[in-house]
Amino acid sequence: MFAAAGALLVFNLVVAAFGYAPRDTLGAAFAGTWGTAYGTGQVLFKATPLLLTGLAFHVALRCGLFNIGTEGQLALGALVAGWLGPSVGAAFPPLLAVPLVVGASVTTAAALGALAGFMRARLGVHEIISGIMLNRCVDVFLPWVLVVGLGATALRTDDIGAGARLPGLEVWVPAFSGSAVSVAFPGAVVVTGVVYLWLERSVAGREMRWVGLSPTACGSQGVDVARRRIQAMVLSGGLAGLVCAGTVLGYKGYYELGLGAGAGFSGIAVAMVGRSGPVALVLAALAFGTLAQAGLSINAQVPKEAMSVLEAVVILLVAAAAGVTGGDGATRATPGDGAEKGDGDGAESGAAPLARTRPVPSERVP
Amino acid sequence: MSEILSLTTVAETWRIAVPYACAAVGGVWAERSGVIQIGLEGVLLSSAFASVAVAHATGSAPAGLFAGIGVGVIQSAFHGWLVERTKIDAVVSGIALNLLAYAATRMALRALYDSSSNSPSIGGFEVGPRGAEGWQLLLRALFDPVAVLALIAVVASPWLLQRTRLGLRVRACGEHPTAAQAAGLDVARTRIVALAVSGAVCALGGVHLAFDQHRFEAGMSGGRGFIALAAVVLSGWRAGRAAVACLAFGLLEALQIGLQSLFRASPAATLVQLLPYVATLLVLALGIGRGAAPAGIGRAPET
Repeated sequence: MFAAAGALLVFNLVVAAFGYAPRDTLGAAFAGTWGTAYGTGQVLFKATPLLLTGLAFHVALRCGLFNIGTEGQLALGALVAGWLGPSVGAAFPPLLAVPLVVGASVTTAAALGALAGFMRARLGVHEIISGIMLNRCVDVFLPWVLVVGLGATALRTDDIGAGARLPGLEVWVPAFSGSAVSVAFPGAVVVTGVVYLWLERSVAGREMRWVGLSPTACGSQGVDVARRRIQAMVLSGGLAGLVCAGTVLGYKGYYELGLGAGAGFSGIAVAMVGRSGPVALVLAALAFGTLAQAGLSINAQVPKEAMSVLEAVVILLVAAAAGVTGGDGATRATPGDGAEKGDGDGAESGAAPLARTRPVPSERVP
Repeated sequence: MSEILSLTTVAETWRIAVPYACAAVGGVWAERSGVIQIGLEGVLLSSAFASVAVAHATGSAPAGLFAGIGVGVIQSAFHGWLVERTKIDAVVSGIALNLLAYAATRMALRALYDSSSNSPSIGGFEVGPRGAEGWQLLLRALFDPVAVLALIAVVASPWLLQRTRLGLRVRACGEHPTAAQAAGLDVARTRIVALAVSGAVCALGGVHLAFDQHRFEAGMSGGRGFIALAAVVLSGWRAGRAAVACLAFGLLEALQIGLQSLFRASPAATLVQLLPYVATLLVLALGIGRGAAPAGIGRAPET
């Protein structure tokens, strides 16, 4: 509530600074989002990648890792989907083609995540730095692959085959007709539930959360800290690779340079705001999806970047609220929590980078 | 080959290395005081924009320089305040401030100049001969006032950190905040001061970036803040070595530009752009020259 009020205040200030009446702009923003069925569909479409990248960031965070590399992971995965889509989609029926194409994207993205995870867990390169570097590498690599590898002149792949397309949600809900939302959205919600359940109930998921709480304690209790960290990054990268389902398979029907860009970083905000549970994560994705879509519908009056400013303000306010009350548990800001005191962190001895970043457990403290 | 190994390359190296070195030394100041600062990127961007906006409005390059430094100090100290006083996680704060700087500069670009990509061009400092290559370019790169200021800041930083009372206090807060507090230091305040210094040094890099291009471009920091962070890690949190690492990185990038013009016809040209990033990753992965992080980084004093 605190954050919502703050965001509204900033929004009004920004709009007023551009010389428009906040109420009119707010009205336009509402009309473009939840006000109409089409707008609602667009919000759901925008929320799909955000939910997946938010979940991806969340999974890594539970293990004490910051997967900044989602941006590059989802782009490389989507490229692979766009590359395989035309041939696989033409040759196989949907039941086979969709899992194949999405699976290839997920595998690629997970491999990139694994690389960052391996560098962190075994070589002590902090995942924020390796993530940024890998993002830059993907930035350089993608146009090269498109032009040289695929011979694309317009920086896009061929149209994917009919078998690899995901149907729009309008098939079941005619009101969404014309909007870009596809079955990828309900799919992403299901994936969120499954991943949360897995984190709570499986041995691997539980150990990942323990590593996030205290790598030192885990190390001394025989948990393979490095292995769990790599697994968390693989899972996180793989989830980022799912993004192509909404963008390539469900919407465009091909991959073009820049498709889905920005979802990786916005996913961080989603994960921060919606860290308290799967429902909160979906709501946060919807909220930021609304911001993104509202930004487009008011772009004529106020630059859409205003919504990114709001995003940043929301992150800060939510984090501040958690820090002050200490109740939300996510960013445990209490000093000297003993988690990584001294040099006891065997898993990363000598691993300097920002390595002593406090693990950021999002465990609710009872 | 001669077009790669030339005075132009030396000048380019210097020109490219200045923003990196400023950001890296700024990073050393912040992290030596015990505050994780991944928001260098945002500081570069905000200060670059502020310097251009003020220089454009007043027509005075020095005014732009001071505005850039001022904004850098404010943003960086704000990060310190958020982390130390409101207890926000430093990584979260850094990510949010980066996003804020990126979005706010783009927004201001549209508000002030009605453009989504770049500002109108500004004069900047006009020092040295006007030629575009060889010794003329080198002289101009060396005697650019912002670069000279940056050089002074980079050279002074290790001395300030190692030999002065302020530096000792900053390092004490980073190494052992509890002991620093027991000795009567206000750890939070010292860290915020260190971050203000960090912001000022880093802002010099942002101003150099903008004045070098004679305009502001949306997102023009282009990841330099993060590469600088890698240099901080490589240097073992030592300002002098971090600056040297940045110089090496500048050389790689200058070589890459030279190589690209050499292979102009070949499709491999774009892949040469990978060189600096892959090199950074390799150097980090092999752990060359890695030192120890400040022991108390990211920790508050225990009371």
